[in-house]
Amino acid sequence: MEITTRVQRLLAAEFGEGAVIEVEENGLQPALLVHRDRLAAVCMFLRDHEETYFDFLSCISAVDNGVESGTFSVVYHLASIPHQHQVTLKVTIQNDRRLDNLPVVPTVTEVWRTADWHEREAFDLMGIYFDGHPDLRRILLPEDWEGYPLRKDYEEAETYHGIAIK
Amino acid sequence: MGLQLSDAQPYHEAQRAYEERLTAIGAEEMVINMGPQHPSTHGVLRLQLITDGEIVKEVIPHVGYLHRCFEKHAESMSYGKTIPFTDRMDYLASMNNSHAFVMGVERMLGIDQKIPKRIEYIRVLVCELNRIASHLIAIGTYGIDIGAFTPFMWCFRDREHIMNMLEWASGSRMLYNYIWIGGLFYDLPVGFEERCSDFIRYFKPKLPELDELLTDNQIFISRTANIGPLPADVAINYGCSGPMLRASGIKWDLRRVDEYSVYPELEFDIPTGKGEMGRIGDCWDRFKVRVDEIKESVRIIEQCLERLVGPLKRTVDFDPRALVPKKVNLKAQDYYVRAENPKGELGFYFVTEEKTDIPKRVKARGPSFHNLSVLPELAKGVLIADLVAILGSIDIVLGEVDR
Repeated sequence: MEITTRVQRLLAAEFGEGAVIEVEENGLQPALLVHRDRLAAVCMFLRDHEETYFDFLSCISAVDNGVESGTFSVVYHLASIPHQHQVTLKVTIQNDRRLDNLPVVPTVTEVWRTADWHEREAFDLMGIYFDGHPDLRRILLPEDWEGYPLRKDYEEAETYHGIAIK
Repeated sequence: MGLQLSDAQPYHEAQRAYEERLTAIGAEEMVINMGPQHPSTHGVLRLQLITDGEIVKEVIPHVGYLHRCFEKHAESMSYGKTIPFTDRMDYLASMNNSHAFVMGVERMLGIDQKIPKRIEYIRVLVCELNRIASHLIAIGTYGIDIGAFTPFMWCFRDREHIMNMLEWASGSRMLYNYIWIGGLFYDLPVGFEERCSDFIRYFKPKLPELDELLTDNQIFISRTANIGPLPADVAINYGCSGPMLRASGIKWDLRRVDEYSVYPELEFDIPTGKGEMGRIGDCWDRFKVRVDEIKESVRIIEQCLERLVGPLKRTVDFDPRALVPKKVNLKAQDYYVRAENPKGELGFYFVTEEKTDIPKRVKARGPSFHNLSVLPELAKGVLIADLVAILGSIDIVLGEVDR
């Protein structure tokens, strides 16, 4: 059985039908669209369950779905070293793109420590706020940088500390 | 901390907490900056050490000094034009970076099974040559970190042969843009296979010399064995990959796990750390895994050469650009591709859009970035001199950490 389907069934049995909103299948890798509020619990469950055992978090990517759609996605690529399988989880959040109202996603640093830097990077470049993160500082850009450059509506500043940068 | 953060900017609690943490250190403690201009940080990495005498109590890494906006850049140009930028991420293993990127695009296009065998073997050949070059730098510079200068010169001497060969094939010494979507920039130059065989013949006896000089050197062992042991569970939890993870005893190599390209047809072993000199996953193990991987890469290269001069030898009508698409037409989808780079798992996550050959989003997962993130854990309570040994054994490339 396809691993994504198996994970979906396991999650439905554990958390009920609401945890996985839908299965996206538009390409080579299907993804499970997970409800935001259940994300941390789902990840913990998938890491510890003996059938899935996703002990390795490959990647967290923040995606801006475009100004018209008004949503952001955070994509989690999990891998299991003993079972050698992979699964993709996705969380989509509605947001109005105001800089003082960042989209909020629960942190998974409790599940995988590697999520720490992944989430800091997503916060830094895309402006996703990870609720419960122990140290959510900018990581690649200077700490006083304004805005989140990977957003589609990002506009570069004219100057930085009085230096013309355009 | 002369930085002024305007209160109007929200989401700065963590930054303030960090600054308060530094001002509230104890009377015996001292904050020392190591880098960004420090020879043992292997580039522009800044480590803030909270020390008590010679003991490192905490390490706070600061990265981003070499941030060149790879992801933003990739969103503004077509897939093929991004390949030269991938070369600049891990600039010590450019071929491997392009290979991973190209593989992802080819799979999305559905042409990955149609690529001629000769092209795949050439790709693996140049990637493994580059892997040796990258590991030689890791080993040589690690010698310098520990205080041995000779291995550095020897490694660079041998690496120079590889650089010259790859320059001959691609026209560039370090940043090749050689592997293209659907093919290659050019076929190998005439005589490359012979020159490569000559190099392997020359290089093989050099490896025992290197072992004598460094691997089995008692001073070197004293400086690295039992230093910074990384248990396997911690390594996995921190997303460490590549030699870093294998040194902790986990047999995890994506060339075998994912069986991409022509690796299933090639024979090679996966070296892991065994704790021969101390504990499993210590600095010496990480070093030794790289030394052993060079030997395995040599084996792979020999098999590639055998096939490239035998059943897959060059023909007059062979066109390495036959399958290179004029325009990459993809349907809307997303795809995560991963490949085994010299430093670990390099991943690219693509989000594509219809009717355009410019990706909507490209995210790069750099192995060095995540290997580095375990440093604060490894460096708790070590001596400053050992911190240098630990950092060197992680083998980071700042071009990839910062992207």
